[in-house]
Amino acid sequence: METTSIPEREEAIINEFMLFDDWMGKYEYLIELGKDLPLIEEEYKTDDFRIRGCQSQVWLRPDRANSHVVYRADSDAMITKGLIALLIRVLSDQPPEAVAKADVKFLEQIGLKEHLSSTRKNGLQSMVQQMKAYANALAQNGQTA
Amino acid sequence: MPTSVDAPDTLTRPFDVAQVRAQFPTLQRTVHGDQPLVYLDNAATSQKPDVVIDRIRAYYAEENSNVHRGVHRLSQVATDAYEGAREKIARFINAAHTHEVIFTRGTTEGINLVAHSLGASHLSAGDEIIVSEMEHHSNIVPWQMLCERVGATLRVIPVSDAGELDYDAYADMLGEQTGLVAIGHISNALGTINPVQQMIADAHAVGALTLIDGAQSTQHSRVDVQALDCDFFCFSGHKMFGPTGIGVLYGKEDLLNAMPPFQGGGDMIDRVSFDGTTYDALPHKFEAGTPHIEGAIGLGAAVDFIEGLDMDAVQAHEADLLAYATEQLQTIDGLRIIGTAQEKASVISFLVGDAHPYDVGTLLDQMGIAVRTGHHCTEPLMDRYGIPGTVRASFALYNTRDDVDRLVQALKRIQPLLS
Repeated sequence: METTSIPEREEAIINEFMLFDDWMGKYEYLIELGKDLPLIEEEYKTDDFRIRGCQSQVWLRPDRANSHVVYRADSDAMITKGLIALLIRVLSDQPPEAVAKADVKFLEQIGLKEHLSSTRKNGLQSMVQQMKAYANALAQNGQTA
Repeated sequence: MPTSVDAPDTLTRPFDVAQVRAQFPTLQRTVHGDQPLVYLDNAATSQKPDVVIDRIRAYYAEENSNVHRGVHRLSQVATDAYEGAREKIARFINAAHTHEVIFTRGTTEGINLVAHSLGASHLSAGDEIIVSEMEHHSNIVPWQMLCERVGATLRVIPVSDAGELDYDAYADMLGEQTGLVAIGHISNALGTINPVQQMIADAHAVGALTLIDGAQSTQHSRVDVQALDCDFFCFSGHKMFGPTGIGVLYGKEDLLNAMPPFQGGGDMIDRVSFDGTTYDALPHKFEAGTPHIEGAIGLGAAVDFIEGLDMDAVQAHEADLLAYATEQLQTIDGLRIIGTAQEKASVISFLVGDAHPYDVGTLLDQMGIAVRTGHHCTEPLMDRYGIPGTVRASFALYNTRDDVDRLVQALKRIQPLLS
């Protein structure tokens, strides 16, 4: 199956969120999406896989499948879970080079950019960084192997 | 709130909350489009009235100058305003001497100052410092650091399910080994008003010193440091309608005189030479460097604002808000209030079913309602209740029953999303 690119996946999410003209519908949908998050296995919900954040707890485990990078994650807050589900939908199962240089912008365009601000301290910004850092490491390894 | 047993000498005027609200510009604004702001995060910081904002502007527009050393006119004006603010604050808390009021950056710095300077002069290995399980991290961590430094031991008074201190446990802990008791006047996370007057008396009976973390009390009630007889009392300007970055450490004169300085630098010295430096007298000994001049002056304006109100009427208004909010929140299915002490200030921590506080706070924000979510810098207390945090609605004198209604309606509206 051909992988859709990061911009294509972002575009699809932006189009879906355009259907909602109020915040309530948007958040309801976000929470629904969180329920389909590819969950990290319980055994990996440890400090090693925890993204440091002040409010909700977030765990993220990167892995490789064939030549792609894949992610599994979880959070104890529903909205955070929904946001992670969106990030995973865009960045998981992609070539590591593409993730490493991705400029994730769709959260701004669907009106959820406040969740990326440092004041939220929910670890989402550091989660994007972690996802990219791992992809970058994978891409570097791939070149030298 | 604890009220004075003395009858007020004048008839209490009805508290005109609309007239008070009109003095706070932020309370007039909307958020997220056209949602009128419902500000229920007052335990984190209060909004500022026009008199405080205008006073800071006037300082910079007309009086700005460095204090204490200048011979020129503006420096004298600024110094008079800065020291005048100290006098107002000394009167406000009924300190015996104006020089017992030390300006700090806030409550946290006041506690750190005492931990540093009192620790060096009054505490040693084998001594015990008593705190409680409900303390803010600011009244835990400086003492942990001090204990590590001098070999003292930290003792912790347990908290009951209702959020009250176990007084018997406290009484049992007190002894000749007790060096200091450091306790919050009002819990920022639960609203519990601690029986500090009795705790101070019992600590003094065994020869221990006392520090009261008053970060949550000066905005809700009259504080009289001489009546309390506490040795130290710390509070922050920004939680009592004043500016951020300014706070006060009150300490008894003889103790402050016996303590070494906290930081060295300008403004705190008597004479400097490489053979040895001597320090200035109180209060300047503890105020190194150019102080937060407009902060102190702004805090003075905040004190004027509070003193212009009828505090009995304010307390009655806040007690009504607390009772009404407690009653109305309990109409929500699955809502659990954390902290049900008999003596409570207008702070309500709660959980809605199994919903994460972060989710509740995020959705309330969409409706213009500002609450705080998380552990409120009281992780040991959250651990004691086995919860990750709470949603906290904290009310100030400018809040109304309408604010409570909006909170309750919003919670009912988002509840289906969270189950």
